[in-house]
Amino acid sequence: MANVVHTPTKSDGRSDRYPLKEQLSPEPLGRKTPRSKTPKRQKSDRFITDRSAMDFNIANYMLGGVKENSMNNGAVHSPSKEEYKKQLAENLLRVDNNQRQSRILAFKSKPPPPPEGFENDRKFLYSQNVAPGQAKPRALFRHIPQTAERTLDAPDLLDDYYLNLLDWSANNVLAVALANTVYLWDATSSSIAELLTADEDGPVTSVQWAPDGRYLAVGLNNADVQLWDSQELRQLRSLKGHSARVGSLAWNGPVLTTGSRDTLIINHDVRIRDHVIGTMEAHEQEVCGLKWSPSGQQLASGGNDNLLHIWDAAAASTQGPSPYLHRLDDHKAAVKALAWCPFQSNLLASGGGTADRCIKFWNTHTGACLNSIDTESQVCALQWSKHERELLSSHGFSQNQLCLWKYPSMVKMAELTGHTSRVLHLAQSPDGYTIASAAGDETLRFWKVFGNPETSKASSKAKGKEVGSVLNSLTRIR
Amino acid sequence: MASNVTRDVITLKGSAAIVSEFLNYSVNSILYQRGIYPADDFTMVKKYGMSLLVCQQEQVKGFIDTNTKQIATWLETGNIQRVVMVIASIATKEVLERWNFIIESDQEVLEKGVAREKSDKDIRTEIQGIIRQIVSSVTFLPNIEDACTFDLLAYTSVESEVPANWGESDAQLIHNPQNVKLRTVDTAVHKVEAMVSYKFTEEF
Repeated sequence: MANVVHTPTKSDGRSDRYPLKEQLSPEPLGRKTPRSKTPKRQKSDRFITDRSAMDFNIANYMLGGVKENSMNNGAVHSPSKEEYKKQLAENLLRVDNNQRQSRILAFKSKPPPPPEGFENDRKFLYSQNVAPGQAKPRALFRHIPQTAERTLDAPDLLDDYYLNLLDWSANNVLAVALANTVYLWDATSSSIAELLTADEDGPVTSVQWAPDGRYLAVGLNNADVQLWDSQELRQLRSLKGHSARVGSLAWNGPVLTTGSRDTLIINHDVRIRDHVIGTMEAHEQEVCGLKWSPSGQQLASGGNDNLLHIWDAAAASTQGPSPYLHRLDDHKAAVKALAWCPFQSNLLASGGGTADRCIKFWNTHTGACLNSIDTESQVCALQWSKHERELLSSHGFSQNQLCLWKYPSMVKMAELTGHTSRVLHLAQSPDGYTIASAAGDETLRFWKVFGNPETSKASSKAKGKEVGSVLNSLTRIR
Repeated sequence: MASNVTRDVITLKGSAAIVSEFLNYSVNSILYQRGIYPADDFTMVKKYGMSLLVCQQEQVKGFIDTNTKQIATWLETGNIQRVVMVIASIATKEVLERWNFIIESDQEVLEKGVAREKSDKDIRTEIQGIIRQIVSSVTFLPNIEDACTFDLLAYTSVESEVPANWGESDAQLIHNPQNVKLRTVDTAVHKVEAMVSYKFTEEF
């Protein structure tokens, strides 16, 4: 009996929970990695009553199920009994039966179908408000599923507000950093690949896909930034320049912008040997939010110093300290959640941390704050819908929920709960209909909040083409 | 014949003629009101003190006439219990509407051949009532989107013989139907209860 109790080593602890393994029950395993232990069944040659070794569910099923089965079988296997019942009923209810029983007859030749191309015009007569030819009016209120579509286990996911550990590529591959390792989860095939493990340099502090969906930028705790090819699973180059961990990354064409705990924001042109093409110094503390506008003209950066800066692309590409366009100090806590509006240029949404709890909307051209709403919870991440005028925000204490807002009215359309710890990261699928969320409870959840892909397949196809053409220059990296 | 006797006396044969004629016009009205065939195929006739639309498309007309003729003979023998008009989608074969005409025959008239009294005017008012209800039913029935066809089912007693060109059919029931009871026509010999059941769909 000496070796029965097995002390789990680090590698054993991992084999208990497979990264990105699908969880059948929507609830998380309920415990964090270090504490996870499954009760081991003892194997010995004699029977010792032990509650922990007994499976009461199966026992109960066996007791109850067998009885039911035998009853069913009895009924099925006695056709003579059935026949007797039938005759009994007929004899007893003879009078009634004779009256009720009937034969349904129909003329053999059938009437002709209406002429080809004939359309029932009654629907125009009796539905006046519907324009002719339009089958159904557009539903104003669509159904928003309240539960996650699927849940993946994400053991060792760091519960750190200042990191950016989740991103979804244009090729439909989700990159997630779990402690020292970056995993790629292919959303089309659900296959998992391990891209890299940074044992000495880790943990991984940020991941960001290049717009073409092939190259992944990885920020590390040792201030290094690495560029990886997701198809060949190999490292392309390493970009140095920071002196502390790199918690935020953003791509703008071939330019990778990195934000670090050393308060600097650096622009790297990944195509050239001397990759540092610009350094932006304005934050006083760690840079935790970085986003380029869809046009590539403006960069928004948020920091732990409660500041939000808007930078101009043209000024940022020149060497030396470049002046920012706007310095916005309305937030009262760290600004991590940033999202540029896809349908209105110069519109930025930003969310503040625990002490602030606000989502603010900015005209980045003028620097004016357009709207501010208190969400009553820490704002961890923001995502705009590509199809509707809607914004999704993820929150921390106390509900750990996702909120769907109508823009610009900011009416709360839905509140999605399920995570049991703060929802740190959000990523949007390339078609814009599914949202992946990663939370401190070490799960990844997928939500179909932004509607139904049936409606606008053509438009998303066109978008895909556009992205490809813009990034042709990137395929010639090296 | 019914025309030989005074109008207020109803014989079995006369009642069968009235009921089968009423069924003929009802089926035509339903076809028009539900838009199963194009409106051009219908012409207006005066009947029961109202304007009714009757399908002039030859095959449809022939089908309805053959059916009502056979129903009339069944009515005379009292072998019929129910006539159902089924409207089904051509593409999916799904039954969308069932118009029921439940027929009860007076057993005494059938067996002894006695005549009953009911004024022609009263019967006409009752028929008017049902046909008006059929016309107004389009306001609550769901719009028929697909191209549809119709069929007539006759529920006969088991003893009666199956005529040539007729075959047994299933009931062609609707899943999750909504039922709306319409009025009743009573000729004192035959009592016809009308009812429409339609497929209930939740919109939005």
